Amino acid sequence: MAKLIGDLSRRDLLKSTALVAAGAVAAPAIVSRANAQSKFDWKRYKGEKIDVMLVKTPRGDLLQQHEKEFTELTGIEVSSEQIPEQQQRQKAMIEFTSGRPTFDVCMLALHVQKRLSYKGKWTDDLRPLINNPEMTNPDFDVADFGEAGMNFATQADGVINTLPHFVDFWMLYYNKELFAAKGVEYPKSMDEIITAASKLNDPSKGVYGFVSRGLKNANIPVWTSWLLGQGLETIDPKTGKLNTDGPEAVWAGEFYRKLNKEFAPPGTIGFNWNECQTSFMQGRAAMWLDGIGFATPLEDPTKSKVVGKVGYGITPPGPKAHHSAIFADGLGIAQMSKKKGPAWYYIQWATNKENQLRMLKAGAGAPARQSPFKNPEGTQSKTFAKDYFDCMAGSGKIGRPGLPQIIPVTEFRDIFGVALTNTLSGADVAAELKKATETFKPVLEKSEQG
Amino acid sequence: MSQTTAPAAVPRDLAAPRAATTPSGKPHDFSRKYWVFAVPAAVVIGAVIVFPWLFTVFMSVQDWKVGGGIDYVGMENFRQLMADTRFQEAMWHTLYFTVLGVALPVVLGTAAALVFHREFPFRGFLRTVFVMPMMATPVAVSLVWKMMFHPQLGVLNYLLSLVGIGPSEWVFNPNTVIPTLVLVEVWHWTPLVMLIVLGGLAGLPKEPYESAVIDGANGWHMFRYITLPLLWPFIMIALIIRTIDALKAFDIIFVISEGGPGTASETMNIFLYLQAFQFYKIGYASAVVVIFFGIVVALSLLLLYTRQKSKWNA
Repeated sequence: MAKLIGDLSRRDLLKSTALVAAGAVAAPAIVSRANAQSKFDWKRYKGEKIDVMLVKTPRGDLLQQHEKEFTELTGIEVSSEQIPEQQQRQKAMIEFTSGRPTFDVCMLALHVQKRLSYKGKWTDDLRPLINNPEMTNPDFDVADFGEAGMNFATQADGVINTLPHFVDFWMLYYNKELFAAKGVEYPKSMDEIITAASKLNDPSKGVYGFVSRGLKNANIPVWTSWLLGQGLETIDPKTGKLNTDGPEAVWAGEFYRKLNKEFAPPGTIGFNWNECQTSFMQGRAAMWLDGIGFATPLEDPTKSKVVGKVGYGITPPGPKAHHSAIFADGLGIAQMSKKKGPAWYYIQWATNKENQLRMLKAGAGAPARQSPFKNPEGTQSKTFAKDYFDCMAGSGKIGRPGLPQIIPVTEFRDIFGVALTNTLSGADVAAELKKATETFKPVLEKSEQG
Repeated sequence: MSQTTAPAAVPRDLAAPRAATTPSGKPHDFSRKYWVFAVPAAVVIGAVIVFPWLFTVFMSVQDWKVGGGIDYVGMENFRQLMADTRFQEAMWHTLYFTVLGVALPVVLGTAAALVFHREFPFRGFLRTVFVMPMMATPVAVSLVWKMMFHPQLGVLNYLLSLVGIGPSEWVFNPNTVIPTLVLVEVWHWTPLVMLIVLGGLAGLPKEPYESAVIDGANGWHMFRYITLPLLWPFIMIALIIRTIDALKAFDIIFVISEGGPGTASETMNIFLYLQAFQFYKIGYASAVVVIFFGIVVALSLLLLYTRQKSKWNA
């Protein structure tokens, strides 16, 4: 290197310096020209106005808080509303079915509405827009979306009728203090969860080894999490075969019953996530299987007694496979919208790297993009320890849908939810699952015909 | 006793206003001229009562799921309902909840009214405190109750422990969920019964009591043979209102137990909600509405008939 510099004449050096300086001065103009060549223009729809329907969540709050930024960037006015989950789903169903939705962009729960939105032709295929350089910002970087989220947003025939915005991973919260007191290690397999729960279970002190949802409907992801450990989803995504009463499903049901009956607090049969969260937050449960989206209150000193003691563990591997049950929300453009261009601009902005990073930094859940996890700014948090981010990143690599990708998801959750609850009251697991499968079969067949 | 006066005896000018007859002396036919005034009310009743009802009946004979087609299926929805064990369970749960949710507030409300009818210090203040639950929003109080029912961390089990009683699982146990939900219903609606009965007590005549005292009746006799019979029409009003309220109870059950654990507290309203707004089976849900409407009407007629029978002059 020294030799190389030594060989350069003073004139050569001056020439080189001048070239570099000229390049630096000209760079913005070159980038600008490149963008101009891409023909993408954020201001193309200046003066337009769009309506957006979101679900009431911290993610919805973040989008609304920064809407002005979008308007300044594009000149498009946004009228957005956040509606509680259940009501939002009902509104989406009714308005899409009516053929005259009052919104241009809609947030959809992909774990419930994926197939429904496709079959009902609710939202547009986004691929033509993504592939159109005039319509998509060159910096958008679709490849940055994680596999788990993109798989969720992609229909069986390849249509992408939403873009993933948020992914929720099911994982195991554990109380490090209780684990340390009993000298218990984090379970390395599903079977070890039972071993750990039995050691940590101490009802005389009001502490229980494990807690998870028992309430019908809400309890399904607990069972499907265990079933994923057998390498199976409840309904095979390729063949449509029900895997709900075979030996693997019965094993998962027995596993569910054992943990929720022998090592869980009294009354778990009626527990939804919030009762489980309360038990764990008050230091009354050593482990809690649920979505990572419920983590924030655990680290809030005004609500929680386990601040700084929470471990965030990836769902341990099962006998045959290692997966994390995932749930996801996506944003789509209403097919009947007359403002599809501005709507697509909004989706690009809402799911851009900056907004996804904001989601991670705010502790509002796991973004669908991968880049926030690689950004040190995203994983530097005063609230959460490193294992929180590691858990999200690790779960993303092994994520599989926690609910079947079918139209009658709600009926599925209801029928099998009741069956699982019945097992907690003493009913036989195999018999309950068989009965539920027989009840559900015609519902599924009818939904596919209709 | 009654004497009637022949209309002919009254001077014609006083018997009816002048406008009531035509110049030729014939009476006006009001029914033809003024029917137009009844139109707004008829339109409103038609739009908000008759049309929705007829439309519900129409939907109940269709196989209609939101987002799908509509097929006429005749009585198939009703046949399916009759064979649906979950619907039968829901009917039983509704009956169980209604009987408890009516009987307990009526008994306790009547007792409270008798207490608050007496003079004692701070009566006005205590009456106000007693009726406060009635003013609370059902969803808000249900959320508070739900927290109090938490088996590990709820205040109710703590209170039980203070008096040496073991913990209960409240709404988190299939066997205790309905009585526990009724507890909330009783807390919420007993004040209403108390107010109705208290109103009745304030209007009771004093003479029967004076006669009873002269005849040597004791307190129990006066209550049993004077107060209770005289109060009965008011208690019947409370019974009718409470029965209708308990039958259509939804918010408390939905917020606290969501019809669970399992289906242990799934009443007809929760079942209906699931069919209509979770599964979007509009035809099937409409059939539930038609049956439910029939039950409510039958019960209301029965109670109204009983009330007619219980009138003082009956």
